[in-house]
Amino acid sequence: VRVAAVAAMLSLDFLDDVRRMNKRQLYYQVLNFGMIVSSALMIWKGLMVVTGSESPIVVVLSGSMEPAFHRGDLLFLTNRIEDPIRVGEIVVFRIEGREIPIVHRVLKIHEKQNGDIKFLTKGDNNAVDDRGLYKQGQHWLEKKDVVGRARGFVPYIGIVTILMNDYPKFKYAVLFLLGLFVLVHRE
Amino acid sequence: LRKNVEDFTGPRERSDLGFVTFDITADILNGENGLQTFWKKSTLIIFDWNVKQLFLYLSAEYSTKNNALNQVVLWDKIMLRGDNPRLSLKDMKSKYFFFDDGNGLKGNRNITLTLSWNVVPNAGILPLVTGSGHVSVPFPDTYETTKSY
Repeated sequence: VRVAAVAAMLSLDFLDDVRRMNKRQLYYQVLNFGMIVSSALMIWKGLMVVTGSESPIVVVLSGSMEPAFHRGDLLFLTNRIEDPIRVGEIVVFRIEGREIPIVHRVLKIHEKQNGDIKFLTKGDNNAVDDRGLYKQGQHWLEKKDVVGRARGFVPYIGIVTILMNDYPKFKYAVLFLLGLFVLVHRE
Repeated sequence: LRKNVEDFTGPRERSDLGFVTFDITADILNGENGLQTFWKKSTLIIFDWNVKQLFLYLSAEYSTKNNALNQVVLWDKIMLRGDNPRLSLKDMKSKYFFFDDGNGLKGNRNITLTLSWNVVPNAGILPLVTGSGHVSVPFPDTYETTKSY
């Protein structure tokens, strides 16, 4: 009984040490994690400023621009006011009232002397222009609908975000693993 | 780069509609050592390992009373790497309706047709290049009432 009691006391002491050490390390890791998240956010905001776009990187969601872009491709956008919208450009725009941005090509523009512009778009892989997609009664798009112009792209990489959207369990699994990795990893 | 056009206009509802037929002869070079100055150096593009496709389009640019600048794509084509880089299209009709925003086509003497293309790489920057040849097309002063299109 005495041996058992001593063993029990020792193991409790040991646990205390371990718990104390882990708490400090835990705080440290949490702070580290916070720093990584802040840096990432700052880089994203910095990109927003440099490109002038509210969403400088987007993922292609549909096949309407094939064979140039496929679902899962990543597009890099700029939206500088000094760059005028011209036909042939690939624009990412939002239709009023809809959340999901669309990536299509500019088919027609009519620009007034003062810079007011209205334009029509069409997906390369679609047979008809986008008038059917616009809001009821809307025939043209305007500068305010534009999220950005596609300037560069990387294929396939965006598939991860599509998977995370379509399969939320996958998203939680990824986040959980990331969190675990950061907390457990010793710098 | 050479284009020949003949055209006539017709009103549809309240906007001018132009009809253009054209020939396109273009030589888009294939390969690294073929920098032949066929027309002008700046038009040549090379299908290299990072070029997935070219998106070609013929656009008409003009000015009207209503709008200082109008650009309308009349025709486009996707040219994949490996396709024949020489284009010799005759008597093509425009793929898209050439509607003006208003009545600016009638009597408009200066419509410029240009061939341009968007280079789509396997990965990287997406540049827009304009071909060096362009053709100026005047539209007649009157509308045609009978036409077969």
